[in-house]
Amino acid sequence: MPDTTARAGRRLLWPMLALPGTVWLVVLFVAPVYVVLAVLFGGVDPILRQPVPVWNPVHWDVSQFDYVLEHIVGTDGFFGPALVRTAVYVLVASVLCLLVAYPVAYYTARFAGRYRGLLLTLLIAPFWISYMMRMLAWINLLQNDGLVNQVISLGGLLPAHVNWLNGQPVTVVLGLVYGYVPYMVLPLFAGLDRIPAAVQEAARDLGAGRVETFRRVTWPMSRQAVVVSLLVTTLPMLGDYYTNDMLSSSPQTSMVGNLINNSVLTPGQTGQAGAFVMLVLLVSVLPMLLYVRASRTGEEVES
Amino acid sequence: MTAVPGAALVPARRRRGPGAWARDPWRKPRILLGITVLYVGWSLLPVLIAVLFSFNDGKSRTVWQGFSMRWYYGDPLRSVWHDPTLHSAVVHTLWLGVLATLITIPLGVAMALGLDRWRGRIPAGANFIVLITFVLPEILLAVALLFVATVLQTPLHLGTAGQVMGLVTYQLSYPVVIVRSRLLTIGKHYEEAAIDLGASPMGAVRRVLLKMLLPAIFASTVLVFADVIDDFVIVRYLSGGSSTEPVSVKIYNTARAAPTPALNALATVLLASSLLVVLLGFVAYRRFTRGERRSIDVFAGEA
Repeated sequence: MPDTTARAGRRLLWPMLALPGTVWLVVLFVAPVYVVLAVLFGGVDPILRQPVPVWNPVHWDVSQFDYVLEHIVGTDGFFGPALVRTAVYVLVASVLCLLVAYPVAYYTARFAGRYRGLLLTLLIAPFWISYMMRMLAWINLLQNDGLVNQVISLGGLLPAHVNWLNGQPVTVVLGLVYGYVPYMVLPLFAGLDRIPAAVQEAARDLGAGRVETFRRVTWPMSRQAVVVSLLVTTLPMLGDYYTNDMLSSSPQTSMVGNLINNSVLTPGQTGQAGAFVMLVLLVSVLPMLLYVRASRTGEEVES
Repeated sequence: MTAVPGAALVPARRRRGPGAWARDPWRKPRILLGITVLYVGWSLLPVLIAVLFSFNDGKSRTVWQGFSMRWYYGDPLRSVWHDPTLHSAVVHTLWLGVLATLITIPLGVAMALGLDRWRGRIPAGANFIVLITFVLPEILLAVALLFVATVLQTPLHLGTAGQVMGLVTYQLSYPVVIVRSRLLTIGKHYEEAAIDLGASPMGAVRRVLLKMLLPAIFASTVLVFADVIDDFVIVRYLSGGSSTEPVSVKIYNTARAAPTPALNALATVLLASSLLVVLLGFVAYRRFTRGERRSIDVFAGEA
């Protein structure tokens, strides 16, 4: 009967459509992660210093992994400080991003009125500007004779010259904020825009002040958007090395991304890079798993 | 109208002095406005200054020495037009943008359709992988693919092929996420009606769903293209020598090594092409969605 064949075709249609993309991601994302494991738990060619991957997990050699672990927590832990620094920088930068992005997103969603389209365009604009160009712009400004120092020293009157681009943690953290804050503004805007204005007006009509309204209505209703925006900014920040390279280029501010970037191209150290890649991958997959589980139970509760 | 509805009812309260202003729940959000204006200035001014100095007549990127087009085509050796390395960087960047977008969009749209309607464990897993690649630090994917290219004999070679494969993998989540959120608002009724009227399942997708998804497809095309030409990490790791180094890598390589304003000019050329594509996309998008209000919102992820 044509009806049943049509229904069968319909059932097959969705897997057929989803398959190419799924296969692509399995071949070019999941399988390469296994390659990283094979390199990490593989050996190193003694002469060429090239990585020799070991494909069978039974024969995996943990010496490269042990080496990295020892130098994170052991007595000679020269990887440790970079990991701690990564955590601190990313945490501070994320909090600063949220402090900047929340009011901006809130104003745009609620009060921008007829300037809403224009304001939104300006908020999206940094998206279309290359990250490298935005960092280059700050290098120009922060050079020794750059605009920032000129302003600080009032055009050369005061001898206040700060070497901004030589390993200043402040520069790196502010660079991270500058680089990633646009990615936070947009999901926050989308979330805050979905809160009906009537709810907030009702709170105020019932006598709540601004702070009270925010604390008891706006903030709880925007919590999910805050979580999403934190995920999409904080996790990519974990692998950042270029902000550091552009604005500091000093080992005193290096982060885990720099450890990966410096070791991946060094012969004989590819396994180390693999270890850090797996570390960052675990750290970024876990919050995603929690988020997916939480949002799934949330859906069940709603329905 | 920037004021909250109801503002007209309360002006009498304002006469009670500054304390009353602070307690008035309907007052204009001046602090929020201030933060928003400061933020927009902070996020865009540095880039505008960098663009300005690309027109500088001298070699300085901090002292203005008069307007010229020297760094675009005037200088016979170091201008973007005449320096073959800068010239080819622009061409290669745009070429990567076109190739990666052409593969990503059909793959992603089909995947979004399939994952949205197909129930079970496989699509749930595929969906999770998509979410992971959405927030994954780019360096993890780049290192994994670099290992694939260096330790295995596969079609993934360093150079344009590898770069395109990496970019598609990284960008695939954008069309999937955007198209799926649009599918959520469309629902299943239209395609069911089409099938009831005698369309085949594929025909219903092609002639009904795809037409309704056009705005989302368009938005993701623009987004992916603009994002690809700004990409840095993947294209750098998977570049096969200086001939396949795009603009972002050139900026990274020379930004801290006494560059000339030609670098600013190079970045500006890329910025201009990015904005041009977005502008064209936006105009076309307005035509698709004539009658729908707030069309800029789709670019903010509110598809």
